[in-house]
Amino acid sequence: MLEIVSKRYWFFGLSLLVIVPGLIGLAMWGLPLAIDFTGGSLLEVHFESGVAPQPAEVVSLYNEFGVGDALVQSAGTSDIAVRSKPIDEATKNRLVEAMQTRFESQVSVLRFELVGPSVGAEVAKRAAGAVGLAALGILLYITYAFRGVTHAVRYGVAAIIAMIHDVAVVIGVEAILGHFLGWEVDALFLTALLTVIGFSVHDTIVVFDRIRENQTIYRRLDFETLVNHSIVQTLDRSINTQLTVMFTLLALLLFGGVTTRHFVTVLLVGVFSGTYSSIFNAAPILIVWEKREWRTWFRGEPIEVAP
Amino acid sequence: MKRSYIGRLIAIVLLAAGAVWTVLPNNPGIHIGSYDRDVRVVRGLDLQGGLRVLLEVDLPQEVTVEADQMETVKGIIEKRVNALGVTEPIVQVAGSRRVLVELPGIGDPSQAVEAIQETGLLEFVELTRADLAALGTDGLLQTDFGQELTAPSSQASATPTAIEGTQTVSPASSAPPSATTVPADNTDSAPTQQATAGNAATGMPAATAAEAGVTTAVAPSATAEPLPTPTPKVLHTVMTGAEIESVVAARDQAGVAYEVAFTLKPNGAQVFGDYTSTHVGEILGIVLDKRLISAPVINDAITEGQGRITGRFTYEEANTLAVQLRYGSLPLPLKVVESKTVGPTLGQDSLRKSTIAGVIGLAVIALFMALYYRLPGILADLALLLYATLTFALFKLLPVTLTLPGIAGFVLSIGVAVDANVLIFERMKEELRAGKNLRVAIDLGFSRAWPSIRDSNLSTLITCAILFWFGNTFGASIVKGFSLTLALGVLVSLFTAITVTRTFLHLVLDSIRLDEHPRLFGV
Repeated sequence: MLEIVSKRYWFFGLSLLVIVPGLIGLAMWGLPLAIDFTGGSLLEVHFESGVAPQPAEVVSLYNEFGVGDALVQSAGTSDIAVRSKPIDEATKNRLVEAMQTRFESQVSVLRFELVGPSVGAEVAKRAAGAVGLAALGILLYITYAFRGVTHAVRYGVAAIIAMIHDVAVVIGVEAILGHFLGWEVDALFLTALLTVIGFSVHDTIVVFDRIRENQTIYRRLDFETLVNHSIVQTLDRSINTQLTVMFTLLALLLFGGVTTRHFVTVLLVGVFSGTYSSIFNAAPILIVWEKREWRTWFRGEPIEVAP
Repeated sequence: MKRSYIGRLIAIVLLAAGAVWTVLPNNPGIHIGSYDRDVRVVRGLDLQGGLRVLLEVDLPQEVTVEADQMETVKGIIEKRVNALGVTEPIVQVAGSRRVLVELPGIGDPSQAVEAIQETGLLEFVELTRADLAALGTDGLLQTDFGQELTAPSSQASATPTAIEGTQTVSPASSAPPSATTVPADNTDSAPTQQATAGNAATGMPAATAAEAGVTTAVAPSATAEPLPTPTPKVLHTVMTGAEIESVVAARDQAGVAYEVAFTLKPNGAQVFGDYTSTHVGEILGIVLDKRLISAPVINDAITEGQGRITGRFTYEEANTLAVQLRYGSLPLPLKVVESKTVGPTLGQDSLRKSTIAGVIGLAVIALFMALYYRLPGILADLALLLYATLTFALFKLLPVTLTLPGIAGFVLSIGVAVDANVLIFERMKEELRAGKNLRVAIDLGFSRAWPSIRDSNLSTLITCAILFWFGNTFGASIVKGFSLTLALGVLVSLFTAITVTRTFLHLVLDSIRLDEHPRLFGV
């Protein structure tokens, strides 16, 4: 039979291999926050002439209007998106008019967003609250659903650790991609992250459910063998479900257009991480806990693993 | 047992037929008797373009805002927004101090923002009975206090909402006047009613009321563009609402009805005193945003700067008028804290691409299931098709506003919907390999997979609930739409993956002898 649990520290290491660079990236570059969280304005316009002006020209136009912190991003050849300090409708209209005369092209507004700074800060706070609340709700539910099993709360905690793992992976990847591709953390990213949390737990529960069931069937079996057996039994399902979700996400990524690309990529990374962590992290954590292996972690003693 | 599955099949087929009918692009809607309902996809702002504005009460944090005040604000904005002619505006209170306004497909977002933010201007104008009779049903008029209107102050904006019976205005000290009351009916916002009245060009209710003695009927909703009335007379503004010191609604001296008592600032008292002294018996027009909201008769000269408007008001009527005099019509000042405009082209493009992606995703999954799980896979594909149709039908029926993340949630839930079947079929295979007979294996597959399906989906639903709350409280409709579609998807998928697939499997077993062909089950 496939030995997964006995190699658990290898898998933990693999997780760290992804998470640590991500967190380093996060520490170095931080998360580029979208105006959803910082407050500000976003103006996305299309130049009918098919030629968007140089970013520097647009920034200087903004400066002439006394609008600071303008940041221009090109999207295709004829579209640009400008982030700046908050501007109101009237200023936006004057800016668009000025663009039309300065750059000699009809300009149509694709998107205009204005977020007050207080709202942004509040969104960030609420988001943290929502994640915390979701974690708590799930912990309580798992503890309840596994109440018949000894140490039910361990299952809940292990699921939460796996969830934190997935959040760390997603945020780390986002920090790196954000730095290189100019992606920003916005409300959609937050939605994706919360979905990943839901999925992560969804997957973990399927594995845990099998452990729960097997515990009543194979009462004599050593816990480590039992967990490994349960993982292997659910492996087909884990991979197949993973595949179907990946199919839909890949379809969205390839054909779904630019608007959702960031969102879908985050989901793709998160869903993959969710399946990985449920198999290779969540269930093995139960064994680490059962054996209280942390007592040997820092003593340099070899770790005992079942044959 | 066999009969019960046939019964279920019939129910499923009926349900599917209903769903297909609902999903049809040219669905005529449901019109049974008085029940009238269009069935169509409600597209969110990101898909059809439009404007989204989040307004916040512009008062210091220490000032508590009552929930009913917010409701009043919401009601007033609703009327204002309806007048813009947007098809499906959304106005809702978000949290304790904010109002969210969504205007899908609006052509001119700048104008809409202005209309919502518009500062109310309260004026007292010189009005003759002839002017009153000539007044259109919308109550719009012109005053010579026009120029300053373009420079709105930070004062609360205003819209006329309510109106009048016959009213009189008199000094605070005088005896209650014996004016007759002619109640006007249209205090409720009823755009259709308004339209009808406007079309009946000759017999305007306002004129009738005015002839009968005094007053006027005024339409409820604000309009951004004044109706093209034949060369309206420009009326003289005596003074503006800036001269009002305080206003309260109070019981009248007879104690039977309510009246509105007001105090003027010294300057205003002077102006008002001069005017009322020379115009006793005439009408005083109280005008909010160029719309007549009250037309009391001047009973006596009001020289002391204190006066009352009486007219056998109920408390609500008196209070509404008092609030209008005090704040314009919004009981609270508002500022824009967030606004988003999406052009129509961006949305169209996204919608098309997401739909294509959804179809491709569905096709790939169907193919995978059929190849990997064989016969049960094909049956699950049928159930999946039903799932997609049913969910989409629900979106149209409820209706769920479809946003881009909403579609992503829907597409994603297709993947989740398959998960339940995957769980069951894997379990079934295990039981078959363990040597169980096919029928037993099917039942065991369902019953043993159930706890994991239940627990995993419940945890997803918990996340959805929290996301929904998150989206609702701070007005992030994107997050809300996503969680709603995902939750609906999860619920429907439980039904199709379990009940429907199981029924199909048993029916197929009953009609064909499959026990000899385990390969059909991919074992």
